[in-house]
Amino acid sequence: MTTSPSAIPADQPAQPAASDRPPVVAMTGITVTFPGVKALDGVDLRLFPGEVHALMGENGAGKSTLIKALTGVYSIDAGTIVVDGTERTFTGPAQAQLAGISTVYQEVNLCDNLSVAENVMLGHEVRRAGLVDFRATRRAAREHLKALNLDIDPASTLSSHSLAVQQLVAICRAMVVDARVVILDEPTSSLDVDEVERLFAVVRDLRSRGVAILFVSHFLEQVYAISDRMTVLRNGTLVGEYRTADLPRVELVQKMIGRSLEVLEQLEEAPKRVVAERGDVQPYVQAIGLGRKGSIEPFDLDVYPGEVVGLAGLLGSGRTELARLLYGADRSDVGELRVDGQPTKLRTPRSALARRIVYSSESRKTEGIIGDLTVRENIVLGLQAERGWLRRIPQRKADEVVAQYVEQLGIRPANPDAIAGNLSGGNQQKVLLARWLATQPKLLLLDEPTRGIDVGAKAEIQRLVAELAEQGMAVVFISAELEEVLRLSHRIAVLRDRRKIGELTNGDDVTTDDVVDLIASGGQDA
Amino acid sequence: MNLGAIARHRLFWPLVALVVLLVASALKSPAFLEVTVRDGHLFGGPVDILRRSSVLLLVALGMTLVIATRGIDLSVGAVMAIAGAVALSQIAASPDPGALSTVLLAMLTALAVALGIGVFNGFLVAVVGIQPIVATLIFMTAGRGIAMLITGGQITTVTSAPYKTIASGYWLGLPVAALIAALIFGATALLTRRTALGVLIESVGINPSASRLAGVRARTIIWTVYVICAAFACIAGFIKSSDIMAADSNNAGLFIELDAILAVVIGGTSLAGGKFSLTGTLVGSLVITTLTLSITILGIPVNAVSLFKALVVIAVCLLQSPVVQHRMRSRRRRAAPVPVEVPA
Ligand SMILES: Nc1ncnc2c1ncn2[C@@H]1O[C@H](COP(=O)(O)OP(=O)(O)OP(=O)(O)O)[C@@H](O)[C@H]1O
Ligand SMILES: [Mg+2]
Repeated sequence: MTTSPSAIPADQPAQPAASDRPPVVAMTGITVTFPGVKALDGVDLRLFPGEVHALMGENGAGKSTLIKALTGVYSIDAGTIVVDGTERTFTGPAQAQLAGISTVYQEVNLCDNLSVAENVMLGHEVRRAGLVDFRATRRAAREHLKALNLDIDPASTLSSHSLAVQQLVAICRAMVVDARVVILDEPTSSLDVDEVERLFAVVRDLRSRGVAILFVSHFLEQVYAISDRMTVLRNGTLVGEYRTADLPRVELVQKMIGRSLEVLEQLEEAPKRVVAERGDVQPYVQAIGLGRKGSIEPFDLDVYPGEVVGLAGLLGSGRTELARLLYGADRSDVGELRVDGQPTKLRTPRSALARRIVYSSESRKTEGIIGDLTVRENIVLGLQAERGWLRRIPQRKADEVVAQYVEQLGIRPANPDAIAGNLSGGNQQKVLLARWLATQPKLLLLDEPTRGIDVGAKAEIQRLVAELAEQGMAVVFISAELEEVLRLSHRIAVLRDRRKIGELTNGDDVTTDDVVDLIASGGQDA
Repeated sequence: MNLGAIARHRLFWPLVALVVLLVASALKSPAFLEVTVRDGHLFGGPVDILRRSSVLLLVALGMTLVIATRGIDLSVGAVMAIAGAVALSQIAASPDPGALSTVLLAMLTALAVALGIGVFNGFLVAVVGIQPIVATLIFMTAGRGIAMLITGGQITTVTSAPYKTIASGYWLGLPVAALIAALIFGATALLTRRTALGVLIESVGINPSASRLAGVRARTIIWTVYVICAAFACIAGFIKSSDIMAADSNNAGLFIELDAILAVVIGGTSLAGGKFSLTGTLVGSLVITTLTLSITILGIPVNAVSLFKALVVIAVCLLQSPVVQHRMRSRRRRAAPVPVEVPA
C-alpha cells in the first residue's frame, strides 16, 4: 500500500529489542462495519512489550474503533486478534481487562457521582475478611493519584472536578490494574504541558517494565516525544507501520491526510491577527468585579467586537468557571455584567443566548452533544432553542445551515441523518462548534474548541475563528495549548488559582514564556 | 423492505402479539371479529377494543411524553378518580343535570383541577428537583382520598344524557370515546412533531445538562409534560366515569399507571428517556386492551389472569430487546457488530 522506504515489511520487527519478543497483541485483517459505514477494512496492528506504539490518523480514520474492536466493545466482521500467542475474541472490556489489557477510552467513562477513590479503585477495592476496607482503599487510591501528581481529595465526588482531572483519574484507574497492555485513546487532549510530562513519566516507567502501550493523540510533538513505533490509518484502511525515528513529521502528516505538501504549508501559516481598530467602540461584554464564591474570584474583563481574548492558566485556574459566568451557566453572586453597555443579569444560558452570547463546553459528552439525536438535530438545536419550541425551523432552512457547516468544518460522515453519538470524537466536536456558529453569535465563548481535532481540521477551525473575529465577532478562547492561544488572541487574560492575575496585549514579541512567567509570578510584578 | 428488516422493526413483535391475540379470540369465539351495523352504529369485537382502549391510550400518551423526559407519572390513576369526582358531583349538585351547559362547565372545572395537579407535579420535579417517582407518588396516594372528600365518601351517580355520550355515544357510526382518543392522539402528534416540542423533549430526556447549556428551557419543558399528562388523564377520567355514570373514587383508574407504563415500553419508548414514539404507544395500548379482553374470551381462570398478562408482556419485551434481537440475527448471519455497551 505504501512505497515509502521507511515502511517496515510486516515480517521484520522495527527494533532489535523487539525482535526477540513476539508481540503481545497482534491484530490482522480487522474489518468492522456499521450499518452503512465500513469503519475498518483489513487493518493490522502489532503491540510489542516495552514499546510505546502510536496509532495515527485523521478524525474518523478508525482509531477508536480499532481499540474497541480489540477490547471487545465491537465485534469484528473479519480478521483475527492474537493475544500472547493465542487467538482471542473478547466479549467486552471486562474480559479484556482480565487478560491484562487496560483501556482509557476517548470520552471519560467513569461514574460521575462516585468519589474519586471509588472510581480509581472500582473492582479493585482493598478487602479485609471479604469486606471492603474503605480507609485502606482510599489510601491506595491516593498512592495511585500521587503517581500522576494529582493532589486532590480522594473522597471528593468525581463530577466536582474539571474534565482534565477526570481524564487523569481515568488514567489512574487504568494503572491500578497490573496490565501488560495499556491503551490510551487521546489521554492528553485536555491536559497542560505539566500534566503531559507527568503522564509521560508514568508511561516511560511502564515501558521500562515491559508493558506495551498504545497511544493515540493529535499532538505530533507528543507522539514524537514518546512513541517508538506507529501505525497510520486513513479512512479505515491501513497505511503502514513505521518506526517513529524513521518517519519525519512531514511524511507522517502526508500519510495521514493522503494529500500533498501544499496542505501542510498552509497548516503552518498562522491565521492573521488583525488588531481591531477600536476607536470609540464600546466592549460587547464588560465584567466589573464579577465573581462567584468557590468558583472564581471577582474579575474585570472587557471583550470588544472583533477581538479574540485568550484565557491562559493552568489546570483548575478558573478559565472554564470564568466563561460559564459570562454565559449564565453558573450565576454570579457579586459584581456587574454589562452587555452592549446595558447592565444585565444572566440567570440561565437561555438568557445569554437571547443576547447572542454562546458557550461551547469543553466536555462535549456530558455538556455538548445530544448523543441519540442526529447530526442535523444537534446542529440546529441552538437555533431552535433561540426561536422557542413553537416555531420549528423549517426543514429547508435546517438543511441549508447543516449543509453549510458540514462542508465548512469537514464533518465526516457528511450525513445529516447520522446519529451524532456514533461520530468519531473529533467529528462530534465539529458538530458542537457548528451548533454555535449557526446561531451567529456576537460573543463566542470557546472552551477547548479544538480538543480531539486532527491537525488539518484544527488549522481550519483556527482560521475560521480569526475570520469571524475579523468580521466583528467577539471571541473568548480557552485552550490548554498555549501556542494556540497565542496564535489567535489579541489579548490574553491570565488566571491562576481561580483568580484573574493579569492581562497581556499580544504582539509578535510575546512568547509562551512570557505567559508562563506571568502565571508563575502570580501576577506580582505584572 | 425485506423480511428481515420488517422483523427488526421495533413494532414488529407488538403487532404480532396483537394479531395472535385477535386470532386466538376469534378461534375461540368466532363472532368476536364480526362487525355489524345496528341503528347505523358499528358493533363488534374490534369496535369494542377501540372504545375500551381509549382510556388507556389517553393516559399512555401523556405518560409517553413524561417518560421521554426521563420522568414518570404515578398519579394518573388518582387524577382520573379526581376528574370523575369533580365532574359528577358538580353535575349531581346542579338543578339541571341533563343540560349540556352544566356538563361542559363541570368538565371545565374538573380539567382546571387536573391542570392544577399537573402544575404541582411539574413544579416538584422541574423546579424543586424531587425525583419524579417520589413527586408523583404524593398524588398517587393522596389523590384518591381527595376524590373521596369531594364525593363525600360515596359513589356519586348521576343521570345526564350529555355526559353519558362521552363513553357510550356514537358519532358517524363510531364510538365517541374512540373518536376523542383519536382526536387527542392526532393533536399530540401535531403538537410534538409539527413544532419543535418533540425534539426538545427528546433532547432534554437524552442529556439534560447539555440541553440546558444549549439554551433549551429544560425546566419549562419538563413542567409542561406533567401538565399535559394530567390533562390527558383527566379526559380519560371523564370517559371512565361516563362509562358507569358514577364516580368511584376507589376503583376509577386503579393501577392504570402500570398499564400505561407497559403500553409505552411495549411501544418502544425507553424508560431511560429520549426518543419516543406515539405510534408505538398506540400499538402498545391496543395490545394491552386486547389482552385484557381476550383473557375473558379465552376463558382463562380469573386467578391466572395477571400471570397470563405478565407472560405476554414479558414475551413481547424479550423479543424486542436488543440482545435477543441480535442473537436471533446472528443465528442467521454470523457476527454483526453489536454495540453491547459503548464506553465512548
Ligand atoms: N457505533 C457506531 N455506529 C456507526 N458508525 C460508527 C460507530 N462508531 C464509529 N463509527 C464510524 O466509524 C468511523 C471511525 O470512527 P472512530 O471513532 O474510530 O474514529 P477516530 O479515528 O477515533 O477519530 P477521532 O480522532 O475523531 O477520535 C467514523 O466514520 C464513525 O462515524
Ligand atoms: Mg477516536
